[in-house]
Amino acid sequence: MGSGQREQFDNPVIEWVDSRLPVFTMMQREYGVFPTPRNFNYFWNFGAIAMIMLVLMIVTGIVLAMHYTADVTKSFDAVERIMREVNGGWLIRYMHMNGASFFFIAVYIHIFRGMYYGSFKKPRELLWILGVVIFLLMMATAFIGYVLPWGQMSLWGATVITNLFSAIPLVGDSIVTLLWGGFSVDNPTLTRFFALHYLLPFVIFAVVFLHVWALHVTGSNNPLGIDTKGPQDTLPFHPYYTMKDTFGVLVFLLFFVLVTFYAPNMLGHPDNYIPADPLVTPAHIVPEWYFLPFYAILRAITFDIGVPFTEIVIISAKLGGVIAMFGAIALWFVLPWLDTHPIRSARFRPLFRTFFLILVADFIFLGYIGSQSADATLFGIPLSYMGLAATAYYFIFFIAILPWLSRNEKGRDLPTSIHEAVLEQKKSKSEMSPEAAE
Amino acid sequence: MTKRLILSLAVLPLLMMIAPSAQAAGDQKAAPHQHWHFKGPFGTYDRDALQRGYLVYRQVCAACHSMKRVAFRNLEDLGYNEAQIKAIASEYTVTDGPDEEGEMFDRPARPSDYFPSPFPNKNAAKYANGGAYPPDLSLITKARHHGADYVYALLTGYKEPPADKKLLDGQYYNPYMAGHVIAMAPPLSDGMVAYSDESPMTTEQYARDVAEFLTWAAEPEMESRKKIGLQVLLFLAVFAAIMYGIKKKIWADVH
Repeated sequence: MGSGQREQFDNPVIEWVDSRLPVFTMMQREYGVFPTPRNFNYFWNFGAIAMIMLVLMIVTGIVLAMHYTADVTKSFDAVERIMREVNGGWLIRYMHMNGASFFFIAVYIHIFRGMYYGSFKKPRELLWILGVVIFLLMMATAFIGYVLPWGQMSLWGATVITNLFSAIPLVGDSIVTLLWGGFSVDNPTLTRFFALHYLLPFVIFAVVFLHVWALHVTGSNNPLGIDTKGPQDTLPFHPYYTMKDTFGVLVFLLFFVLVTFYAPNMLGHPDNYIPADPLVTPAHIVPEWYFLPFYAILRAITFDIGVPFTEIVIISAKLGGVIAMFGAIALWFVLPWLDTHPIRSARFRPLFRTFFLILVADFIFLGYIGSQSADATLFGIPLSYMGLAATAYYFIFFIAILPWLSRNEKGRDLPTSIHEAVLEQKKSKSEMSPEAAE
Repeated sequence: MTKRLILSLAVLPLLMMIAPSAQAAGDQKAAPHQHWHFKGPFGTYDRDALQRGYLVYRQVCAACHSMKRVAFRNLEDLGYNEAQIKAIASEYTVTDGPDEEGEMFDRPARPSDYFPSPFPNKNAAKYANGGAYPPDLSLITKARHHGADYVYALLTGYKEPPADKKLLDGQYYNPYMAGHVIAMAPPLSDGMVAYSDESPMTTEQYARDVAEFLTWAAEPEMESRKKIGLQVLLFLAVFAAIMYGIKKKIWADVH
């Protein structure tokens, strides 16, 4: 952490501080001269983008907390008061609301980029696992945050999701009572959710710190997935990637601003503008869009699993769904040991690449299925069958296809170094368009 | 080719986001799109329509529907001046107190008061309306799919029930309502509200004006939101263009 050998700074104040607490040396080492592969594409922007979104969420969230009241009789009014009476309140709240969605967009791209280019493989397993922890914490925080406005979808979404834990044998009901602070989703649930919603972002921040620390030990992966071999393969982080990340962040923010100002409720559900009413159940209870693929996996298991030809049920449909849903994310934790192929980047693994792109399409399709009602059909086929098929592919990909490919896929020849690959690319580019060669 | 495929896959989640809003809303008929003055990135509220819509709300809807999140002072947005707002407010009576002797008392409403509700509580509202609760209208266009289109379609969409549909007393047939059965009698009819301008005094015009007014009530910040949004977009676009130039220049020796 910046200790050990240290170079003198010319500015006496900086030198005074740095010789006592080497923060400037650390910044210089980790963000100034930090050697970074020279061949990143724009998919490598999303880590920085996610970081910006986290900060944006924390800042807007703290301001919202100043005006919010956690009480079932007051919360809905408190949010509307923020929207109508608080100066700039609508802006802060719409930024927070849509910020959650765009945080998830950035993180989903970041995760699938990591899978595509094999960023989770040795020696970056722990870095990857910390990332999955961040994702889980984000899901918990987002789910809890959606409850706070105390609209219809807040109440009923919370009821459906917390009830899932009751499927756990033996301790399930106790866990649900503990989550609720009573026997239904009510005031104690809301107040503890508010406390946790304020706490968890800082936990996320701490894990992000560990995630970045681990990154700075191993160094970044790159689109070729081969290790850097020397200074000719890398660039100092500043100014090359500070400037590229700033550009990427700005483009991302353009999309964020477009939605926040021109379609602020596009990603939400109208029912959450109806105050929560425990006596009226909404026609369709749907979670926020970023949970939909996992919601579809949860709903895909509609059958009990038991001993054949008997009435004995070992895993009920409900428990099966819950296991599948949590299992879908749990698989990500062991991904480095499911895909052990020595080649990291999908660029040199055509088979993996094909199966992986199908997985991405499958995941998006699951999201679509999750958004539809349980009895919907597509082209005359019940969507629940397709949900089961899509869920099956998801699990087969991780449990069967990845290990099989790890042993059997030959893969293409890897370039000898990043430097040479970049030079070759430049050469082929200039052959294609001679005027661009200059 | 590879890059394009990956990029299109990256864009797909954006398309996916539209899916939740496109989900089926029961067996309701989808409200047809109407042309609205407030639609589009530069759309603003039509002040005349807002004032007419407020008139319709006051004379018709307010008999049963509360609008408790809107204050008289907010009517400034509709183009009324301070004196007009004071005059409008003073037509209403609100209960205030307790006074120095501990008694509650009635007084004329002030601009700082919120619209008084027609019923003292939810149960009273239900009791007076055959068991159906007339929802508060402050947020109605945000609380329904298709917002203003839905309000317009519902208000103008009453029909004779199909032969196989049995309706109870106090029930009406409306295909835009979830379940097609609504407890609200057709609220509007031609000529029932007297407009002081040249606008036609028809059910359609009343419905259109009140839908615009309700959209304002739900999203009073819309005009400043769009205006600030444009400024932010322009700022970010220019900043991003500059950063692109800087990035290109810095990377020139690498590429």
